[in-house]
Amino acid sequence: MKQALKKFGLPRIIIVTFFILLLVAAAAYGMDMPSLISDVIRRFGMFGVLTLAMVPSVQAGVGLNFGISMGVVGGLMGGVLAIELRITETLVQNWSGSSNAFLINNGPLLAMWVSILFAIAFGVFVSLFTGYLYGFIMNRVKGSEMTVTTYIGFSMIAFMNIIWTILPMTNGVLIMPNAGEGVRQMISLDDSFREVMSNTLSFKIGNFFFPTGLILFLALSCFLVYLFMRSKTGLAMSAAGANPQFAKASGINVNRMRMTGTVLSTVIASAGILIYSQGLGFMQLYNGPLMIGFNAVAAVLIGGATPKHARISHVLIGTFLFQGILTLGLPVANFMVPGANMSEVIRLIVSNGIILYALTQSGGKRDD
Amino acid sequence: MTKKTLFSKIWSALFDNKVVLFFVVLSGLAIWASGQPLSFVVRELFTRFGRNGFVVLSLIIPVVTGMGLNFGIVIGAMSAQVALIFTTHWDLVGIGGFLITIALATPIATILGMLVGLLFNRMKGSEMIGGMVLSYFAEGFYQFFFLFVIGGWIPIVNQKLIISGGIGVLNTVDLTKTIKYALDDVTMQSLLYVLFVAVILVTVLTIIVKRIHKEPIDVFAAIRRIVWVAVLVGISFIPEIGAWMGQKRIPMVELIKYGGLALIVYFVIDGFINLFVAKKEGYRWQKLLKNVIIAVILVGLTYVPTFAEIVQTTNVPVTTYGVIAGLWFFNNALLKTKLGQNMRTVGQNRVVANAAGINVNRTRIIAMIFSTVLASWGQLIYLQNIGTWSTYGSHVQIGLFSIAALLVGGASVQKATSNQAILGILLFHSLFIVAPLAGNTLFGNAMIGEYFRVFISYGVIAVALAMHAWKQSIKPQLRRGMPDVKPLTANSSTALKK
Repeated sequence: MKQALKKFGLPRIIIVTFFILLLVAAAAYGMDMPSLISDVIRRFGMFGVLTLAMVPSVQAGVGLNFGISMGVVGGLMGGVLAIELRITETLVQNWSGSSNAFLINNGPLLAMWVSILFAIAFGVFVSLFTGYLYGFIMNRVKGSEMTVTTYIGFSMIAFMNIIWTILPMTNGVLIMPNAGEGVRQMISLDDSFREVMSNTLSFKIGNFFFPTGLILFLALSCFLVYLFMRSKTGLAMSAAGANPQFAKASGINVNRMRMTGTVLSTVIASAGILIYSQGLGFMQLYNGPLMIGFNAVAAVLIGGATPKHARISHVLIGTFLFQGILTLGLPVANFMVPGANMSEVIRLIVSNGIILYALTQSGGKRDD
Repeated sequence: MTKKTLFSKIWSALFDNKVVLFFVVLSGLAIWASGQPLSFVVRELFTRFGRNGFVVLSLIIPVVTGMGLNFGIVIGAMSAQVALIFTTHWDLVGIGGFLITIALATPIATILGMLVGLLFNRMKGSEMIGGMVLSYFAEGFYQFFFLFVIGGWIPIVNQKLIISGGIGVLNTVDLTKTIKYALDDVTMQSLLYVLFVAVILVTVLTIIVKRIHKEPIDVFAAIRRIVWVAVLVGISFIPEIGAWMGQKRIPMVELIKYGGLALIVYFVIDGFINLFVAKKEGYRWQKLLKNVIIAVILVGLTYVPTFAEIVQTTNVPVTTYGVIAGLWFFNNALLKTKLGQNMRTVGQNRVVANAAGINVNRTRIIAMIFSTVLASWGQLIYLQNIGTWSTYGSHVQIGLFSIAALLVGGASVQKATSNQAILGILLFHSLFIVAPLAGNTLFGNAMIGEYFRVFISYGVIAVALAMHAWKQSIKPQLRRGMPDVKPLTANSSTALKK
């Protein structure tokens, strides 16, 4: 029992207790529980894929990937391109003239799907390159990946800030209201792919809304990653991450496996940000995704992962708890202290606290 | 043959200073592109030097102790601001209020620094990422404290501080009527008096300590030191000089000219005493000559019209600069003490240090306390100069920009000196001043320059960290894999003999 508790870890006990407390508090304050819970589920589905990006990098031995912003900016580029090309609008226009009854009925939703899938495809394409570059660096900074990835991620965001300001776009949704050049801070997805996944096959019971499409997509992503981790390459990758010396002795190219893990992590992150954005209803450019790596890392750690080992179950549990606390924390805190941004305080303390805890668990070598 | 070695010498010197050179070129280009007169850049630069110099210098000690770049200085800045909220509420003004704020911030920073040190001892090798995450973690508590505790649990009723609803501190607090320029406005004259008392106190204390330890006492040197300061104080009673020293800001041209002259007088007399009166053995007159020549050049420079034109609008807050210089001396002096030597040893190799009987963990904690306390003082110096305190923003970027400045000066994760810090501040901030303007002239968009300087800050840290990690993975036996075994066999015999 004691062993099991120790393995579970004190911070996790605190977090689970906190989550339950929030639930109880929300119920006690007489809040609209069904809609709150559907919010939690929706945010869980939105953020899940971003957290999933941690699994390949951790398993490959690269550690917690604070620099998923490398992939995130690729995904955002895909999103911007999809909006600039007006894929949704063009398709809806074309299809509304056709005689196909299915297309006429489901036209908008289908067009949105095409749009977001295009964006994801483009993001994945870009991320293959950035991920490769990134992996190249990772293989040269073994042992300090976390520190280096954080700052490379930050530099990438700062670099993209420059790019966003000079991109010559034409779509009115994208450009700054009073300037000819540059993309705006927040891009509304109303005309492109807002909540496309959440609305697909969704159903509503009273105030409870279940985003079936979103959850199915997350399940599919998890399943794909699971399949990959079970494949020959995936197993070799895990072996390389768990014990590089042993893996090398058994003929596994450790550096190549680390590369695979990094690229995969970057690619998943690029898809993840689009799924996150469609759920929010807008894309945040510039410094919006600056801390997204920290949140994803915190989520997977809350789920029970360590810097050396992460499973799909950690992703699902962690994202649910983390996003659950953030979603519930906002209304509950507002109820207790009106008008103040308590949810940000909770996010800062919970997410960074769990990362610190993980660092103390893995570090602290003795000196004698 | 000689030519080749000269060439290769120059080449290796260039290569060793590649970061510095890169930024010299970059800053130069940016200044040129911005189209600003040099006098403007220099004026801004020296304002910013006074503002940020202290914080950057507070980074040196942890680097020497092997804890890398201390991203945890943000916590020092936070403790300064916690102290500041109270002194602002009590309406403490001027230098007195500033000193009370310092006195209040120091214990807070000491306790927090100790906690940071304890935490870092549990994550050896990941101090940098740990420090960064810790600064965000502390940010959560900081916001909690400023948004909910103050005005909520600690009842503070003050319209200038609290949001009109009653809970939480305002976004910006105006310091104009409290501690703005509190330190900057302290005159050279007052500084001299403080220095005089301090020198006497320090001398007496050293003599007492040496007496207890039964070490030889250099009475002659002690007397000479006191006489020098006394002469300075005496000069300041001459009305003209007293009036000049009594100015709040002293023009840079005059400071260089008269400072240079004073230095020449000092060097000549001091050298004369050392050479002919004390007949000190092993006295290096070459060093004396070098110093005199440098001082003469400085004085001469003020007569060069172009130079005088560039610095003509620059006025120096003497005390702030004096305090920064004091930290510079402190950093260098500390490394010569036993504690400083221990820090160095711990920084080079913890295993060897442990084997030599040094309490590694304790040394590391002391280093963190030093750094955190100094950073909190530095933050107060920064705030008193800038005059408006953005409650939730002033401390956020301080780690990033200070560390980037230090790295630009040629420092690395493992090696940093006070001189590199000073060079780094000058280079980094000259880029910082002109980057938005350069962006405006080059691309017609000031935001590009703004983003560019943030990119440079992040980028220089990323590159420095990557280079450091790369070096380590090339020599894996140094730190990782089989940790610390090889250096032990290489150095331990000598270390243990000591």
